[in-house]
Amino acid sequence: MAGTQGNFKVSLTENPRYIDMDKCIACGLCAEKCPKKVDDEYNEGLGKRKAIYVPYSQAVPLKYAIDDTICLKLTKNRCGICEKTCPSGAINFADKAKEKTLNVGSIILAMGFESFDPSGIDSLGFGQHPDIVTSMGFERILSATGPFGGHLCLPSDKDHEKAPKKIAWLQCVGSRDENRCSNAYCSSVCCMYAVKQAVMAREHSHDPLDCAIFYMDMRTHGKDFDRYMEGAKKNGVRFIQSRVHSVVPSQDHQGIEMRFIDPDGTIQNENFDIVVLSTGLQISAACVDLANTMNIELDHGNFVKTDSFNPVSTSVPGIYACGVFTGPKDIPQSVMEASSAAAAATEYISSARHTLTKEIVIPEERDTEYELPKIGVFVCNCGTNIGGVIDVPDVVAYARTLPGVTYAEENLFTCSQDTQDKMAQVIKEKKLNRVVVAACSPKTHEPLFRQTLINAGLNKHLLEMANIRNHDSWVHASEPARATKKAKHLVRMAVSKSMLLNSLFETQLPVTQSALVVGGGIAGMTAALSLARQGFPVSLVEREQNLGGNARKLFHTYMDEDIPGQVKTMIHQVNDHPMIHTYLGAVIEHLDGFVGNFNTTLATPESKVTIDHGVAILATGAVEAKPDEYLYGKHDAVMTHLEFDGRLNKKDPMLDAAEDIAFIQCVGSREAAHPYCSKVCCTHSIHSAVEVKKRNPNANVYIFYRDIRTYGKRELIYKQARDMGILFFRYDLESKPRVTPSGTGVNIRILDHILKMPVSIDVDILCLASRIQARDNQSLAQAFKITCDSDGWMLEAHQKLRPVDFATDGVFLCGMAHYPKPIDESIAQAKAAASRAITTLARSSISVGGVVSRVNEQLCSGCQGCIEVCPYNAIQMDEKKHVVNINAALCKGCGACAAACPSEALTLEGFNNEQIYAQIKSAMGA
Amino acid sequence: MKTDIFEPKIIAFMCNWCTYGAADLAGVSRLEYPPNIIPVRVMCSASVSPHHILRAFQNNVDGVLVGG
Repeated sequence: MAGTQGNFKVSLTENPRYIDMDKCIACGLCAEKCPKKVDDEYNEGLGKRKAIYVPYSQAVPLKYAIDDTICLKLTKNRCGICEKTCPSGAINFADKAKEKTLNVGSIILAMGFESFDPSGIDSLGFGQHPDIVTSMGFERILSATGPFGGHLCLPSDKDHEKAPKKIAWLQCVGSRDENRCSNAYCSSVCCMYAVKQAVMAREHSHDPLDCAIFYMDMRTHGKDFDRYMEGAKKNGVRFIQSRVHSVVPSQDHQGIEMRFIDPDGTIQNENFDIVVLSTGLQISAACVDLANTMNIELDHGNFVKTDSFNPVSTSVPGIYACGVFTGPKDIPQSVMEASSAAAAATEYISSARHTLTKEIVIPEERDTEYELPKIGVFVCNCGTNIGGVIDVPDVVAYARTLPGVTYAEENLFTCSQDTQDKMAQVIKEKKLNRVVVAACSPKTHEPLFRQTLINAGLNKHLLEMANIRNHDSWVHASEPARATKKAKHLVRMAVSKSMLLNSLFETQLPVTQSALVVGGGIAGMTAALSLARQGFPVSLVEREQNLGGNARKLFHTYMDEDIPGQVKTMIHQVNDHPMIHTYLGAVIEHLDGFVGNFNTTLATPESKVTIDHGVAILATGAVEAKPDEYLYGKHDAVMTHLEFDGRLNKKDPMLDAAEDIAFIQCVGSREAAHPYCSKVCCTHSIHSAVEVKKRNPNANVYIFYRDIRTYGKRELIYKQARDMGILFFRYDLESKPRVTPSGTGVNIRILDHILKMPVSIDVDILCLASRIQARDNQSLAQAFKITCDSDGWMLEAHQKLRPVDFATDGVFLCGMAHYPKPIDESIAQAKAAASRAITTLARSSISVGGVVSRVNEQLCSGCQGCIEVCPYNAIQMDEKKHVVNINAALCKGCGACAAACPSEALTLEGFNNEQIYAQIKSAMGA
Repeated sequence: MKTDIFEPKIIAFMCNWCTYGAADLAGVSRLEYPPNIIPVRVMCSASVSPHHILRAFQNNVDGVLVGG
């Protein structure tokens, strides 16, 4: 790599695949015949793969590759059977490595992690017994595409029949451990995946399955994670707080023996059938090397060094990072960081947007409305994939007899480029106005054939596919005659439907290329700045009289960054940016419109303002709940975190004078009324405790906790706190600390879980780690047509894969309105929201129409049943005409409305009743 | 003596996003099943109305599967 931000030159080596990607149709014949087997790394060595293989069944692109380290042809110049077997001639043994040079403005590193290898730790027995597996291995065992087809069985059983009765999970293998490895950090995800695996294993098991999780602290700090863990507990999953001493295959071959000290201090021996080692995440040596070549600074754990306010920026300007490479994290957080890195990477180079765009020239579309149907049928052999089972010439001959069919032919590969060109030619020559392709699945190939129609000057919706491969030849290989008969049925159905197909049109709807951001805290300001820096005007709405939100009241991050100072800088940047218009003391009064075309009315202290915007980002934040226990509000020595941070900021002498300071965790969180973890409080308390100790080393500092959840790199501050002599006392929900007044301070009594004796401590200050509470977002939710969950957090479109989107198009979320989170995560999510918003804003128009629902106003009785069933809020009532209107921009084409309509006034274009009836009728005979 | 074996004809309304994809995957995995089932691709199982099911039976179908 050479160059600097905005102008990098990157050299890449593309290793040979030995397969022509354009020719490979992923039929799998090569792998079937390949004689060379090795351990399948994707299945953690629990299964085998061939030398020619796809890494896993959902791989994209679904194309084979040859492993040149074991292929007999490539290593010994023998075999070559795949070349003879391949029906499309895709094998190329002469393939060579290719060198490429790219000129790019920004670089994003998303290199992921490797799972910790426990073979070096003798006491865990990994490698000594096949039923001791890593969590990755167990994940594969549970998977339907795994080595045992998703059947839970003992890996040691050759027949894969014997089911386990007892499974144990060992947490923190290769994490939070500096003795047996050098990973001091917490891997952040293992607690949750162990609970998930235990729950899933029980679901997979026919007999009652005993699952036990051996842990240090259960760190289920994500959205809805605590609920999931409590559910698992209720269903009988055992949680044992213990570090297991040794794992040994038992002498009598009865499973695996584990020795541990139970929470009561007694040594226990227990046998399990499978032991799962919950291995942590670490950065591979190759990633470290690459980071070193790029001069990127790494931390002690080999993660990219980032700061809270720039969570995806590396030490080299123009190079960004996301995912586990910046620190251990789960899927939603990785997805957020990925979008966030995309936003950061485009901020600096946004002036180059659209400069490399090429315009596609589309041939003019022929008007076929008044033509009689002239149907062309193209039947694919797919090499031997279809032709090997189905009598293709017979199907073609049959197709010629069907009404409306004026042309039919067979192809070796209908999808190949030369056939595509020929097809376009035939369509033009024969003046075809409907095309039926009898081949593979429309899910994979419809876009390709639609393109062929476009190239031939036909409307792309005049295509119908008959899936005679996936739904026929591949699944009825042993009954060729019946498969051929079924292929005729499928072709007949496609032909009869195609007769009724209409041209469908898409129109372009202009997009208002500006954004509304609701909420002027750290998340809202970050999103606004990111959008403005990329050239999009932003209206930033804040209910209070000043920007900054909760962050103004905070002290430092756990990495010791000064929060109020940084927030001040951010407020200046917002105020100085010409593209950002801030409305203070303003609330949203009314909202109209949809993605690309919103119209919002604000009530500001001076007047009402209306704003046109294409997208909206909701960043309304959350609040610190006021505790109703532990003498809060009744005694001056008791305060919340924000109040404590205020004193730290002011350098309050009260703190320096205090000899004894205590923190109580989970105040209001993780209880029946609010069964969620507030995520930030463990780190917050520990950081405050460390700060107190730094200011006054003689002070005694105590932390009363249930599980310490200093996830990821935060674990290091927990260790620092213990090294400094801060004392930690664990308590249960059943035996919470008792707080009584004691002079100017308070007295805390608790049953110590190690000593099993009551402990009484007098303190001068008691800080309560109070719950973070959702705001009342009722009216906002109604206006934007979004939903909130039972705890009040705004509900994203998908908890894992779409963490900043709503089900409503054009509206995005970030910050604590989504769930409690620390500043670095709020900022990452805010940039991610900006990035997602730009996918709409960067376009001057959006395409509307195609396969969407349509209303026949003459038939609509205005019953509004369709409005109830539409999942996308795409249908409105026209009160004047007393009929419904469908907003094609919001309609996703599911057709639920059409099924609900009692008068058949609504139809889904391309799937209307007449078309489906024609398919049903022709399925049963000509 | 010739015996007629009853061969039911089953119409399967398959949601494009799940069942249809699953049926595709069954093909990729070469899972064999009897050819009596005839797929009709729909964009959502919610778009299958009672009319579609009744129409199938009116056309002498022996069974209907709605997958979504």
